[in-house]
Amino acid sequence: MSRLAAMFAQLQQKNRAALIPFITAGDPSLTATVPLMHALAESGADAIELGMPFSDPMADGPSIQRASERALGRGVKLRMVLEWVREFRRSNQQTPVILMGYLNPLEAMGMATFAELAAGAGVDGVIIVDLTPEEGREESALLKACGVDPIFLLAPTSGAARVQTVRELGSGFVYYVSLRGITGAAQSDWPEVLKRVGELRQELALPVAIGFGIRDAETVARVAQGADAVVVGSALVEQLADCRDDQAAVLTAKNFIHELAGAVQKPRSVQ
Amino acid sequence: MDNYELPDAMGHYGPYGGRFVAETLIPALDELNQAYQEAQADPEFRAELHSELRQFVGRPNPLYHAERISRRLGGAQIYLKREDLNHTGAHKINNAVGQALLARRMGKKRVIAETGAGQHGVATATVATRYGMECLVYMGEEDIQRQSSNVFRMRLLGAQVAAVSSGTRTLKDALNEALRDWVTHVDNTFYVIGTVAGPHPYPAMVRDFHRVIGDEARAQCLELTGRLPDVCVACVGGGSNAIGLFYPFINDQSVRLIGVEAGGLGLGTGQHAAPLTTGRPGVLHGNRTYLMEDEDGQILPTHSISAGLDYPGVGPEHAYLKDIGRAEYVSATDQEALQAFHELCRTEGIIPALESSHALAHAFAIAPGMRSDQTIIVNLSGRGDKDIHTVAALEGIHL
Repeated sequence: MSRLAAMFAQLQQKNRAALIPFITAGDPSLTATVPLMHALAESGADAIELGMPFSDPMADGPSIQRASERALGRGVKLRMVLEWVREFRRSNQQTPVILMGYLNPLEAMGMATFAELAAGAGVDGVIIVDLTPEEGREESALLKACGVDPIFLLAPTSGAARVQTVRELGSGFVYYVSLRGITGAAQSDWPEVLKRVGELRQELALPVAIGFGIRDAETVARVAQGADAVVVGSALVEQLADCRDDQAAVLTAKNFIHELAGAVQKPRSVQ
Repeated sequence: MDNYELPDAMGHYGPYGGRFVAETLIPALDELNQAYQEAQADPEFRAELHSELRQFVGRPNPLYHAERISRRLGGAQIYLKREDLNHTGAHKINNAVGQALLARRMGKKRVIAETGAGQHGVATATVATRYGMECLVYMGEEDIQRQSSNVFRMRLLGAQVAAVSSGTRTLKDALNEALRDWVTHVDNTFYVIGTVAGPHPYPAMVRDFHRVIGDEARAQCLELTGRLPDVCVACVGGGSNAIGLFYPFINDQSVRLIGVEAGGLGLGTGQHAAPLTTGRPGVLHGNRTYLMEDEDGQILPTHSISAGLDYPGVGPEHAYLKDIGRAEYVSATDQEALQAFHELCRTEGIIPALESSHALAHAFAIAPGMRSDQTIIVNLSGRGDKDIHTVAALEGIHL
């Protein structure tokens, strides 16, 4: 069983949602990423989403855009990101790691090479923001062949046919974009989001994570009641950006994740 | 080639094109595609577009025989397709009118656009005012400084101009920001993309709105010379004016199609904007095409004397036409374009846009090697009034 499947099975027993924090690889420094991943896992993250920086992150808001720019400015490359995952795996074999990024850097490496290296480094799933399931059949197959889950996005605007395609091609879980907008924007209509996610959990036969617009423990608690996982990105990236050194970043991450982890402990009201 | 019919239903031109965007936009693209197909099939829409192009844009514009320069070069006869005579001074208005009419048909009250040199921004601001829509134009901070007069024109026309400070602060970042806006306001907003790039159906739709350039040029050439041209030349940034000219000639095997990219300071310097001549296929801004990227797949900054060509990607149909060998792609440097700019000013009494000067440079280079009974059509895609500050500054003159 894959790490992601094991994690969701275990949380199913406890009837609670997973907490998945997002950080941009190489931000706030090159040396911070691996210690931060450990800090996240130790303070209550159930899985970790690691952003692969891209020069043109069109689905991201200002916080993650700037984190990507800073990381690229420091010379972060895809091979370094994979190396950091490998290093993290030396002392952590259970926490799933999901890479999130855009298609072009992966294609530059070659999708087959990337899938192989990612699997070898201990990556469990990959989210490619600008790769829709229709365009991503070949890529999904390459990832799956290496035992890496291709994770697709669904949005409030996605119709029934698209849900079907994702069901067919995706694995690991499905990432539900909670709002019409970019990362870091505000969402207010949570009842509507949770209702839709409830339907999708029935239809998909895959766990559903909710991301975009989740910034604090209160929202995490609310969203956790109706989802299989909750992703927190921009709010954490913003806090880390202000840290003066790696030690401060690790401490900041621990405090924030500890607070959020408390919010997913309560068993879900719905199965 | 005698039966060219692309893109396919998924927006592919061979391996290029397609839709590479965040999931949230897919339904909006479906809605747009459907509305566009319906509009295209509706005689009323086509009649209105035709009437607007006549009455508001000033079409048809002439295919002008540049006799003095042809004589001077001593080879092929050079004809200029005078897109510079359109309202707002460039070909961009053809597409802006088309998309704005479509936006109105779809009931969208707000239009957004990205712009580099500002020509597409001005065209969009113009049609938004004409049809009573709210208009917001995204423009890189760098371009706002280079093209301050176009920024002022957009504001005069009632549009809001938003400065984009991310990335390289140029056209590609303005495009990212416009996509972010669209994803956020997808219900009431129509995104007027200014070139033949972006996710399907944009490359096909923008091409269709610009094909009037080639349709007119083809008929005018037959009328004036009694035969088809031997060569069509156009500059290529995103490639909208080039595809507009080329498209109606694709099935005419005898007509050579040549796209001229921005060679900047020279292809060897890396300071240019020539993805088709130097780049490789990748994915940016919603489509697969040739890109200027580094070995890690990060998009490279570009350089061109003309802001309108300063873009690291190119329309996917050009990528396809290059691969199948139907069109050829070459480049002209800043210097070569400038020389052609001055030559046209002094020989024909026409001040061309620096973008179009790249096409002129190549035409002037190949004409002497051709017979005097042969014909080259150059797309004079825009007028050069917007560029006089740039040219003056190079000569140490402050206007």
